[in-house]
Amino acid sequence: MTAEGAGPTLMLVLVVAVLVGCGVILLLERSLTRILLGVILLGNGVNLLILLGGRAGGAPIVGTGPVDEMSNPLPQAMVLTAIVITFGLTAFLLAVAYRSWFLTGDDEVPDDLEDRQIIRRAERNEVGAADLGGEGPDDDPEQVDPEPARRRLRRGEEA
Amino acid sequence: MGTLLPLPVVVPLLGAALTLLLATQPRIQRAVSVLCLAGTFTVAVVLLVQAYRYGPVVMVIGGWPAPVGIVLVADQLAALMLVVSSAVTLCVLLYSVGQGRSETGETTPVVIFHPTYLVLTAGVTTAFLAGDLFNLFVGFEILLVASFVLITLGGTETRIRTGSTYVVVSVLSSMIFLTAVGLVYLATGTLNLAQLSQRLDALPDRVRLALQLMLLLAFAIKAAVFPLSAWLPDSYPTAPAPVTAVFAGLLTKVGVYAIIRTETLLFPDGQVDDLLMVVAGLTMLVGILGAVAQSDLKRLFSFTLVSHIGYMIFGVALSTAAGLSGAIFYVVHHITIQTTLFLVAGLVEERAGSTDLRRIGGLARVAPLLGVLFFVPAMNLAGVPPFSGFLGKLGLLQAGVAAGGALPFALVGAGTLTSLLTLYVASRVWNIAFWRAPRIATGDPVVQLPRLMIGATVALVAFGLVLTVLAGPLFDVTTDAATDLLSRTPYVRAVLPDGVP
Repeated sequence: MTAEGAGPTLMLVLVVAVLVGCGVILLLERSLTRILLGVILLGNGVNLLILLGGRAGGAPIVGTGPVDEMSNPLPQAMVLTAIVITFGLTAFLLAVAYRSWFLTGDDEVPDDLEDRQIIRRAERNEVGAADLGGEGPDDDPEQVDPEPARRRLRRGEEA
Repeated sequence: MGTLLPLPVVVPLLGAALTLLLATQPRIQRAVSVLCLAGTFTVAVVLLVQAYRYGPVVMVIGGWPAPVGIVLVADQLAALMLVVSSAVTLCVLLYSVGQGRSETGETTPVVIFHPTYLVLTAGVTTAFLAGDLFNLFVGFEILLVASFVLITLGGTETRIRTGSTYVVVSVLSSMIFLTAVGLVYLATGTLNLAQLSQRLDALPDRVRLALQLMLLLAFAIKAAVFPLSAWLPDSYPTAPAPVTAVFAGLLTKVGVYAIIRTETLLFPDGQVDDLLMVVAGLTMLVGILGAVAQSDLKRLFSFTLVSHIGYMIFGVALSTAAGLSGAIFYVVHHITIQTTLFLVAGLVEERAGSTDLRRIGGLARVAPLLGVLFFVPAMNLAGVPPFSGFLGKLGLLQAGVAAGGALPFALVGAGTLTSLLTLYVASRVWNIAFWRAPRIATGDPVVQLPRLMIGATVALVAFGLVLTVLAGPLFDVTTDAATDLLSRTPYVRAVLPDGVP
C-alpha cells in the first residue's frame, strides 16, 4: 500500500485479481488436491481484498503519531479472523482429500450415482419406483377370506 | 433484558467444551447437551416475548457504543427464528440420543457428535442474532465448519464423496460472502447493519446493485435457490438421519433469514424483486419435478426441501407486508415439517432397513404409528387444509394476488401447481412405502424402535399441529415482524438510539 494512505495501488488490485482468477480456475478441477490449492489461492485473494478496504498508515495507537496518519485497524482485525477461518477450512479440506485418497485410491470427486441412475431410467422412459400393486390374496394375509371363526375352531378341536 | 441476549450463543459453546471434556461419560455428556439446548430454548422464548412487547432487544458487547462495537440484536424475526430453531434442535438431539447405539454408535466416534452439534447450534443462533455483517459471516462459518464434521461423520466412502461436494460448495459461497463483506466495507466504511441501512442509501444505484447481487449470490447458494441448488440433494441424504434432519430444517433457513434481513434492512428499494420472483418460481417447479423422479425417500425429501424454499423467496420478492409475513410464517412452518419428515425417514430406515422405495412397502400395516407420523407432516407439507402448510401457502398466495401484476400471478399459479405436485409426491410415497403389501425386506425380524426416537418425532409432529392451532397469533407476530422490517426504523433506532452518526 502507498505510504500516503491514499488507497490501494494498482499493483495490489492486480495481485488480488490474479489470485482470485487462478483460484477459480483450479476450483473447476475434479481432483480435490487442485481444488484445495484453488481454495487457498482464492482465500488469500479475498483476504487481500479486505485488507485493501482500510487506509494504510502508522500503528493505530493513540499517542504514537498524528491521528490522521494512522492506518485503519478494522480491516486488519477482520482479515485476521478471515485468515484463521480460511486456514481451518483448508485443513479440513486437506483431511477430506486424504481420506478420499485413503479409501478409494484417488481424490477425484465423482458424479452422484443416484443422479446417473435416474438419468438412465429417464432415457429408457421408466418410472422411478412403480407401485405395481402386488396385492393379490396370495401374498397378503389380510386379504385372504378368513373362514368363519366357529368352523375354524371346531376343526381345531377335532384335530 | 439485554443481558439474556448472549446466552443462546454462549451456552451451547460452553456446553460444547464441557461435552468434549466429558467424552468418557456418555450419560453425563448427553444430559449436559440436552440441558444446554433446553436452556437456549427457554431464553429464546423469553426473548421473543420481550421483542414482541417492547421492540428489538439489543446488547452491546464489550461496552463500546453501537457503530464501533459489536451488537447482538433480537428483533421479532430473529427471536422467532431462535425459538423455532432451538425447539427443533432440542427434539433432534433427543432423537439422536434415542438412536444412540444404532447408526451413529457403531461406525463413528459418537464422542464428537454432541460437541459438534452444540457448536452448530451456536453458529445458527449467532447468525440469527448478529447485528453486523461480519458477525453474520462468522456465524455462518461456525455452523458450516460444524456441519462439515457432521456430514462426514464416520468418514465412510459415500459420506466422504458426498461430503466433499458439500464442503467445496460451502467454501465457495463463504468466499463470495467474504468478498461481498470486503466490498461493502470498502464502499461504506461500516459493517453495522443499522448504520449500513443509512449509508447504502447514499451510494450510487449501480454500486448498490452490485453489492446486493453479490450478497444475494452467497446467501442463495446457502439457501439452495434453484440454479444454485444442485449440491443439496447430492450431499444431504447420506448423512445420519438426525444430522440430515437438522441440516434440512435449519441450514437452508439461515440462508433464507439472511436474504430476508438484507433485502428488507439493507436494500429495501426492490431492484431485484423481479429476478427473485423468476428464481422463486423456477425453484418451486424444478425442485418438485426432481422430487417426482426420485426413488429414495431421503433424496425425495431433499428435493421437496429445495422446492419449498421457492415459497419463501416468493414472499420476500413481493416486498409487501403481507408477502413478508407469509414468508416468515412459511419459514417457521417449513423448519418444523421438513425436519419431522427427515426424522420419519430415519425411523423408516431403522424399521425397514432401507429408505429405497423399491425395497420397502406395507409399513402402515407393520408399524401403524409410523404411518401416522409420516401421514400428518406429509399432508401438512402438501398444504392440505387445515394444516399450517395450507395456511402458510394461503397467506402467500393471497399476498401474491393482492400485489397484482403478471409476474405475481404467474407465481401464484406456480405455487398452486407445486402444492398439487407435492401432494402427488406425498401420496406416491404413502402408496408405495406404507400402503402396498409388505415386502420381504420389511417383515422380519421385527426391530423395536427406541422409545425416545418415537417420542422426539411425536413431539415434532405435535409441534407442527400446535403451529396449526396457534396460526392466528403466530400470523399476528409475523405481520408485526414484517411491518417492523419494512419500516426499518424500529431496528435502526434500537441499535443506534442517539441517531445515525
